[in-house]
Amino acid sequence: MAAPATSPTTTIRLRHHAKRATNLEPLCWGLAGIATLAVLLQFLPSSGAVDPAYFPPLTEVLGALGELARTSAFWQALGATLLGWSVGLSIAIVAGVGLGVIVASMPTVDRLLTSTIEFLRPIPSVALVPIAALLFGTTMQATLLLVVFASLWPVLLQVIYGVRDVDRVALDTARTYRFGTFRTVREVVWPSMMPYLIVGVRLAAAVALILEITGELVIGSPGLGKLIALAQSSAAVPMMYALVLVTAVLGVVVNVGTRLLEGRLLFWHASVRSEVR
Amino acid sequence: MKALRWTAVTFAVPVVLLCLWQLYAEISQNFYFPSPLSIAGVIPQTWLEGRLTDDVLPSLTRLVIGYVCALVIGIALGIFVGTFRRLRLFAEPVFELFRAIPPPVLVPIIMLFTGFGTGMQITVIAFGSVWPILINSIEGVRGIDLTQVDTAKSYRIGGLRRLLTVTIPSAGPKVFVGARQALSIAIIMMVISEMFASSNGIGFNIIQFQRLFQIKEMWSGIILLGIVGVVANIVFKLVERRMLRWYVGMQTLER
Repeated sequence: MAAPATSPTTTIRLRHHAKRATNLEPLCWGLAGIATLAVLLQFLPSSGAVDPAYFPPLTEVLGALGELARTSAFWQALGATLLGWSVGLSIAIVAGVGLGVIVASMPTVDRLLTSTIEFLRPIPSVALVPIAALLFGTTMQATLLLVVFASLWPVLLQVIYGVRDVDRVALDTARTYRFGTFRTVREVVWPSMMPYLIVGVRLAAAVALILEITGELVIGSPGLGKLIALAQSSAAVPMMYALVLVTAVLGVVVNVGTRLLEGRLLFWHASVRSEVR
Repeated sequence: MKALRWTAVTFAVPVVLLCLWQLYAEISQNFYFPSPLSIAGVIPQTWLEGRLTDDVLPSLTRLVIGYVCALVIGIALGIFVGTFRRLRLFAEPVFELFRAIPPPVLVPIIMLFTGFGTGMQITVIAFGSVWPILINSIEGVRGIDLTQVDTAKSYRIGGLRRLLTVTIPSAGPKVFVGARQALSIAIIMMVISEMFASSNGIGFNIIQFQRLFQIKEMWSGIILLGIVGVVANIVFKLVERRMLRWYVGMQTLER
């Protein structure tokens, strides 16, 4: 792979140099992109290209955000959203892993449950909005039901794929060496399932956030979504944009956070190693 | 014999679950959980008389138009942006930011611009579901095998032909990953836009039934949405299998 003519030191220096250049360049271009977006958001409304009543300039939105940040209602809503999101996601992960391991390791259960899973999975989770609203009213549980239902499927499917992907030879080897069930799970099944599980958690985390805020928006359970619905009905346009901006930032944090987690936990795995290179 | 066993295995658990639900409903007489048979009983008069053309059809039309718009815009823009490295680096964080917005919060915003109606719903569906397609198309173009690009260059295959024979096929599998994520978002957006602000559609009706405590009708609407989801998924799989036949074949060869 490496050029044969260069001595080891120059190779290292070249690689070092290349790495620094590639590390900085995307960052610069990315920041330029975000800055352009910010400039557009600021000057499109004031130039009259779009109606400022519908689309306030960025400074006004940020001003509204500053005002929001001084109210305790905002922090309570943010807390409620985060709480609902994390509780729902945790339930989905625990249930998904448990059910997934059972389904994938027992062929009979697998064959019996496949059709049920295939029928339930594509049901749009928002279809449950009316049931949740009737059963729980405008409480956190109503939204929690949606979040768990929606984020269970990515975890469950990934765990099933992961357990199925376990190396047969490794399993047989474990059996030959008389590993117990616990040790087999810990040392053979778990490592091969991990990459799949983490992808499932990453997908589920994003879906859970969407459903959490959707539930708050439509059902009216406490959280950022409810504040957005309130801002909309009272025609507080800049405040609405400020809240949407907060949800976007939350989304980015969730995406980046789960990616980092993936890198941390799977540092040994080929998919991550090839990305870092 | 084999077919019989397949049928038995496939339908055993669903049938048992339905029976349990029926039994539970008969015994408990729970107002919120009517029995499956009584729900099935209200389906004809609820959905087949008038609502099929006044609500179901408009819903599905908006879904299809919005989703197709998202596909066209997402793939075209994704391939364009993905082809130029600096443009990709410039645009990707912005797209990621837009993707991170939970799509349902767009409903109140887009309502400001387009008002109340079909235009709003199509815009909401398209705007919500375009991001996964866009981002995955960019990824797909970026992941093209460099040997293929070099081969195409040395044979002087350029422009439109390279786009059609090299770029699009190798981005294909990734595009489908995005399109699948977008499909479920599109259905969610269809329902949400109708629940939030509409005067017809499946979602609008379900919310009406819930407010009027017409529980059986509400359940029948939920089941209808489930059917929409399952059918959309099956159609998607069929299209995917057809269009990615070469890829599936290649994967099985490599295994």
